[in-house]
Amino acid sequence: MRSKRLLYPYLVWMALFVIVPLAIIVFYALTDKAGAFAPGNLGYVKNSASIYLDSLKIALLSTVFCLLIAYPFAFLMSRMKVSRQRMMNMLVMVPMWMNFILRIAAWILILDNNGILNRILLAFGMSRDALPTFLNTEGAVVVGMVYNFLPFMILPIYSVMAKIPNSLIEASRDLGCNGFQVFRRVILPLSVPGIITGITMVFVPAASTVVIAPRLGGYNLIGDQIDQYFKGSANNMNAGSMLSLVLMIVILISIAIMNRFDRGEDTVIM
Amino acid sequence: MKRFIALTLAALFCAIPLISLSACSQQTETLTVCNWGEYISDGTDGYMDVIAEFEERFHVKVDYVLAETNETLYSMMKSGGGDYDVIIPSDYMIARMIKEGMLAKLDYNNIPNFEANIMPQFKNLYYDAKNEYSVPYFWGTVGLLYNEELYTEEVTGWDNLWCDGYKNQVLMFDNPRDAFAVALQKLGYSINSENEAEWREAADLLKSKKFDYCMDEFFDKMPGESAVLCAYYAGDCYSVMQENESLRFFRPEHTNVFNDAMCVPATSAHKELAEKFINFMLEKDVGLANTEYLGYSTPNKLVFDALPEEMKENDDLYPEMQDTWEYMHLLPENIENLMNELWLEIKAENK
Repeated sequence: MRSKRLLYPYLVWMALFVIVPLAIIVFYALTDKAGAFAPGNLGYVKNSASIYLDSLKIALLSTVFCLLIAYPFAFLMSRMKVSRQRMMNMLVMVPMWMNFILRIAAWILILDNNGILNRILLAFGMSRDALPTFLNTEGAVVVGMVYNFLPFMILPIYSVMAKIPNSLIEASRDLGCNGFQVFRRVILPLSVPGIITGITMVFVPAASTVVIAPRLGGYNLIGDQIDQYFKGSANNMNAGSMLSLVLMIVILISIAIMNRFDRGEDTVIM
Repeated sequence: MKRFIALTLAALFCAIPLISLSACSQQTETLTVCNWGEYISDGTDGYMDVIAEFEERFHVKVDYVLAETNETLYSMMKSGGGDYDVIIPSDYMIARMIKEGMLAKLDYNNIPNFEANIMPQFKNLYYDAKNEYSVPYFWGTVGLLYNEELYTEEVTGWDNLWCDGYKNQVLMFDNPRDAFAVALQKLGYSINSENEAEWREAADLLKSKKFDYCMDEFFDKMPGESAVLCAYYAGDCYSVMQENESLRFFRPEHTNVFNDAMCVPATSAHKELAEKFINFMLEKDVGLANTEYLGYSTPNKLVFDALPEEMKENDDLYPEMQDTWEYMHLLPENIENLMNELWLEIKAENK
């Protein structure tokens, strides 16, 4: 009984800061400036179809790269001495304490035409005309996303990996598994929950993020378009709400698909 | 116990900003000024720190905030997010704000310097015909800035922005009105065109090239030579030309003249103080510090007379008005909406 009563403040919080804002967005999405029902807002979504696809593509790419980098890293980290694990954990977290905009600005300094990377190339004797452009490319956007969201992939995977006892790996070795089989039959299945959490925690913010694409890529993704509808001269909250409502639905569907995959893996393990 | 102490400490840390906030608000009246980046003399290079000077003289606190574009300022005010007391929008935005009742009528008894110091040709202008809402701050033209060492083609007009090569090294205004103005002028149309087809043509022109859209990054990218060519405001071009000797300014035949003016939002709770601030900005020493530091063109007679000869006689800054130049006017609503939609398309497709 007592524990239930403790829940009430949380429920009020949820209602105030999750349900009510959501309802407001739905309301704005379905009405026009005068407040009348306006299904025509869907037209904004139709016009932005390719931007949705772009955003999903970039988010997917970033998630894949994050996973490729984070998985071996998390595994190696989980096999270290406990004291060293703590230190590595810190090192993963520290960049996140820095302001997000600053971290993006740092990448601009590195990738700019006259940036650190190109200066190094110049120092190695490349001519100014032959220098590659890094900034304002899709590659730069993916780099920025991977850099920003990598900790969200490492930490969940690491936390499940840390729970895999060494004895399990030794036992599978004793029973005749080779290195690949140990990975395929023991480590991978046991780390799936971490992978799924990691993918969700990278994919969802990557698909809806702001600032990264315009600053590093010179173009807008869907999050920036929504931002512009609210902040830019268009000042069209209804269009912005509609776009973000549809974005939420798209992300929800993606998560549902992923969760289904999760359960499928679980049954394999069983 | 250890945990308890840690939690208490954490809670205290969270409370610190609250304490300092309430302490400030009790002390003095606070004036919120919203301005563009790099648009006031802030004490660097030995010029007057204008905001600090005002705070000291009037014993008030100034909350100085930045907006990046007229459009951001407008939507901040519309959504109730910005509680500003003084804003400095551009001509076309002032016209829009007056039309939508967002500005307060000024009491010129508190701004005697307006009558005394502002040159007559900057009074009663198109955006505020009776000069009831706004006091001119700076004016200027838009032109091309290029690096003559790195950009080797002959500069003849807006066409240069669409040159081949120089990938990722050509900057464009990151706000719809200025960017469209450049494209419309290149096509030979009016920047206040009311023809939808012309705006679509201008949008296609902007889409045809991948520009590096930016505003205040200009101050790093042009003198730092990571960009070689751009369209920008003459005053800012003048000030970065002092940092890099290879930079040259060129004003195409068709360009626009802008006026930025100080206004008080209708929602301001400190109107009288805001007017005193505006009056203060028109003082000779303050205006001189701003003008010399920023390089923009001043509409203030006292300030202009006190400028060094090389600024006064600089044709980039104080040119004779030409018939081919245009002011930005308030656009009809259908064009305004079209421009905003096209702008979002341009920004999304700029890959």
